[in-house]
Amino acid sequence: MTEAHPIGLSIRGGSKFYPGTQALKSVDFDLRLGAVNVLVGENGAGKSTLMKVIAGVEKLNAGTITLEGQQVVFADRSDAARHGIGIVFQELNLFPNLTVAENIFVGHEKTLGGIHIDRRAQSEAAAKLMRRLEQDIDPDTPLGNLRIGQQQIVEIAKALAEDARILILDEPTSALSSTEVEILFKVIHDLKTQGVGIVYISHRLEELIRIGDYITVLRDGVITGERSMKGVDIPWIVENMIGSASKEFPKSEDHPIGDEVFRVEDICLPNVAGGWTVDHMSLSVRSGEIVGLYGLMGAGRSEMLECIMAQHPQSSGKMFISGKPLKERTVAGRIRKGLALIPEDRKRDGLVQIMAIRENLTLSSLKDFTTVVHLSLAKEAARAAEFVKRLTIKIASMEHPVSSLSGGNQQKVVIGKALMTQPKILLMDEPSRGIDIGAKAEIFRTMRKLAAQGLGILFVTSDLEEVLALSDRILVMANGRLTGEFPSGAPAADVIAAATPNQSRTTIQ
Amino acid sequence: MNTKALSAPSGSASFILLLLRLRTLVALFLVFAFFALAAPNFLSAENVLIVSKHVALNAFLAIGMTFVIIAGGIDLSVGSIVGLCAMVSGYLLLNGIDLGIGYTVVFNTYEICLIVLLVGAFIGVINGLLITKLNVAPFIATLGTLYVARGAALLSSNGGTFPNLTGREDWNTTSFPVIGAGNFLSIPISIWILVVVAGLAAYLASRTPLGRHIYAVGGNERGAALSGVNVDQIKIFVYVFSGFCAALVGLIIASQLQAAHPATGETFELNAIAAAVLGGTSMSGGRGKVGGTLIGAFVIGILADGMIMMGVSSFWQTVIKGLVIIGAVVIDQVQQKLQARVVLQQQAG
Repeated sequence: MTEAHPIGLSIRGGSKFYPGTQALKSVDFDLRLGAVNVLVGENGAGKSTLMKVIAGVEKLNAGTITLEGQQVVFADRSDAARHGIGIVFQELNLFPNLTVAENIFVGHEKTLGGIHIDRRAQSEAAAKLMRRLEQDIDPDTPLGNLRIGQQQIVEIAKALAEDARILILDEPTSALSSTEVEILFKVIHDLKTQGVGIVYISHRLEELIRIGDYITVLRDGVITGERSMKGVDIPWIVENMIGSASKEFPKSEDHPIGDEVFRVEDICLPNVAGGWTVDHMSLSVRSGEIVGLYGLMGAGRSEMLECIMAQHPQSSGKMFISGKPLKERTVAGRIRKGLALIPEDRKRDGLVQIMAIRENLTLSSLKDFTTVVHLSLAKEAARAAEFVKRLTIKIASMEHPVSSLSGGNQQKVVIGKALMTQPKILLMDEPSRGIDIGAKAEIFRTMRKLAAQGLGILFVTSDLEEVLALSDRILVMANGRLTGEFPSGAPAADVIAAATPNQSRTTIQ
Repeated sequence: MNTKALSAPSGSASFILLLLRLRTLVALFLVFAFFALAAPNFLSAENVLIVSKHVALNAFLAIGMTFVIIAGGIDLSVGSIVGLCAMVSGYLLLNGIDLGIGYTVVFNTYEICLIVLLVGAFIGVINGLLITKLNVAPFIATLGTLYVARGAALLSSNGGTFPNLTGREDWNTTSFPVIGAGNFLSIPISIWILVVVAGLAAYLASRTPLGRHIYAVGGNERGAALSGVNVDQIKIFVYVFSGFCAALVGLIIASQLQAAHPATGETFELNAIAAAVLGGTSMSGGRGKVGGTLIGAFVIGILADGMIMMGVSSFWQTVIKGLVIIGAVVIDQVQQKLQARVVLQQQAG
C-alpha cells in the first residue's frame, strides 16, 4: 500500500506554540500522494494549525517538514504555493467585487509582458476549470452573485489553477448542498488519480469514511490515531477523538435542579436566501441546570443565542424569564432582566482589547458604582478585585490591558463581566474555544459551581466530548432546527446522528 | 499562564519608554524653552496671555474632537460650526428675529449664548443621527455638514460681515464683548471657560460611566454593544459635545473681534485633529486623554505664535507644523512597538 501511495510530505516532531497554549505537540504526520488523507479531531485539536503549517501560513516552532525527500522551510503562503501546495480555507478568501476569473487568478494573474492582464486567457482558463468541476458558472460574473456553495467551488478552482500537487481542503462541504458535495467528491477522485495528495478535514464522519484512504486523528495537539481507512468505523474515530478518560471534566455536583427560569418559544431568524437560519426554535432552561446545545458549524446555534441577546432586530419569537414575558428590545434591557452572554469570539465580541482588565470586568455593571454621574473608582476596583479572586483569574495587575492575558484568563474576564450583572441565565457560546486544557477544566469547574448556585446555563458547543460530559440535558441543532434532545449520558453516536444535517427531516418540536 | 508580573522594564529601556510616553510634554517643554531663548518678549506676561487666548480657541475644538476620535469617529464640521455660530450671534445681536408682522423678537446676551450653543449642539445631533441611524461614514457625514453649515453662514449675511457687535443698551446686549475680550482676575474670560470645559471633559472621560462607554465604543464597538452599551447614544453624544465646543468658539471669536465673518473657522477642524493626535489620541479609536490634547494644542499654538514672533515665513510655518504632526505619530508607533516588545520579553522571560 505504501508503494501505491508514496509519501509526498512529512512532518517530524512538529510543535507550534501560541501565547498561552501549545497547538501542536511534537506531531509526526505523513501526507500521501494520490490519496485522500483525512484529518479529524475536535475543535481546537490542532487540525487547522497543522494545515496552516503545511500551507506556509504558520511556521513550526520545532520540528521539520520534508517535501519529496527534501527538507523545506516555507517563508510564507506564496512560497508554499510555489512548492505546489494549495489550500482551501474554511473561511472563504474571495473578493465579492471581482469576477470569478479575476478571483481565480488573483495574485498570479495571466499577463502580457507582466503589465497587461490578459482577460481573455484568464476567462478561458477559468471556463476550463469550471468545466472540469462540472459547474455552469460564467467566469465573468461577479463572485458576489454566486451562492456560497458555488463560491466554495471557485475557491477550489483557485487552488487547482496553481497546479497544486498537494491540496488541503478545510471543511469544504460545510456550506455545500448534497449535489455539490457529490461533484466535489468526483473532483477529488479525479485529482487523486492524477497523483495529487489531498488533505481533507471535516466533522462529518460518514463523509470521511466514504472518501478517505488514510485517517489521522488529532486530540489536543497530539496524534491519537493514524492508519489506513480500511476497517475504520465511527466508534473507532469517536474513541480516538475523545479518548477513554475525560479527566478534565469535573463530576456533576449534587444539587437539586430547580424550576424553569428561562423559556424561548418559536424563535425564528430569516436568512437572505429565503429560508431560516433559526427555524422555530423552542427550548427551556431550569435553574441550576446546564443545558448543552450541540450542532455542527452553520447549524444556527450562535445565531440562536444572538437572537436571545437582541442582536437580530428581524428575529421573532417569545421569551420568558421565570415565567414572565421578556419585552426588552435592547441588550442593556435584557441584561437588566437577568440574561448574560459569553460570546463565541472573545476578541471580536467579548472584550475591549485595549482597555484594562478592571475596565473590561465592570463594563456591563458601571451603574452599580455610580451615584448620579460620578463613577466611584474605588468601589469599581474593589468589585473587580472580588471577581478576580472569585474566578481565580491570574493577573499581575488589574490595570494591564486585557490583551496581555492568556486565552483562558481572558475568557474568565468575559465570564466575570457577565456574572457581575447578577444574571439568572448565562448563555455561553463555545466557552472553551481557543484555550488550553488546564484552563478549560477550570472554566468547566466554574460552570458547575455556578449551576450549583442556582444559575441556569445554556451553552453552545461543537465539541462532542464537552457536551456529553458537561450537560445535564443535551439539545441538538441542525439546519436551524431542534433535531434531538437527550438526557445526560446519552450515547455519542446518537448525538452525532441528530446533528448530521441531512438526517434532520425528523424534527422534534 | 503567561501572565508573569509585568514589572517595570529595567534600565535604559524604561527611561526611553517613559520619555516616549511623556513625549507631548517633552515636546511642549522643548518648544517653550526654544522660543523663550530665541524670541525676545516671548516670556512677557502680555505675550503669554495672547498665546493662551489663541491656544484656547483650538483647545475647545480639540477637546470635542478628542471625544469623537476616541469613540472611533471624526468630525470635520467643527470649523464650519464655528463660522455659523459666529454668524448666528452676529445676526441676533444686530437684528433679532423679525417675525414679519412688524414685530421683532430681541434677545439679551445670555439668551444669545444659549441659542448659539443649541445651534452647535443641533448640528452635532444631525451628525450623530446621520452616522448612527442612516449609517453614513463619519468622514462623509461631517464633510456634508461642513458644507451645509458653511453655506448657511454665508447665506445669513449674503457673504458679508456683521460689524460692530458691541451690543445695545435697550436689548441688554452690551455685555456681549465680555465673553471674548473681558478679564476676570486679570485672566481672559475665554481662558476661564476653557479651564471649566477642560476640567469637566477630563472628569467626564475618567470618572463617569459615559466616559468609560466612549472608550469602549471606540475600542470595540461590537463588544461594547454586547456588554449592554447603547452605542448609538454614545456616538450621538460625542458629536453633540463636539458641536457644543465649536459653538463656544464661534461665540468667543464673534465677541473677541466684535464682528462676525462667514469665513470664520475655516480649516479649524484640521488644527483640532492635529492637536488631538499630537496629544496621543489614536485615530483608530479607544485611546486618548483630554490632558494630552490640551498639551498638544499648546504645542501647536506656541509653535505657530513663536515662529511668527521670530519672523519665520508663513510658508515654512505650514511645512514645520506638518512635520511635527507626522513626527508625533511616528513616535507614537515606535512607542507602541517598543511597549509590546517589552511586554513580550517579560512574558517569555
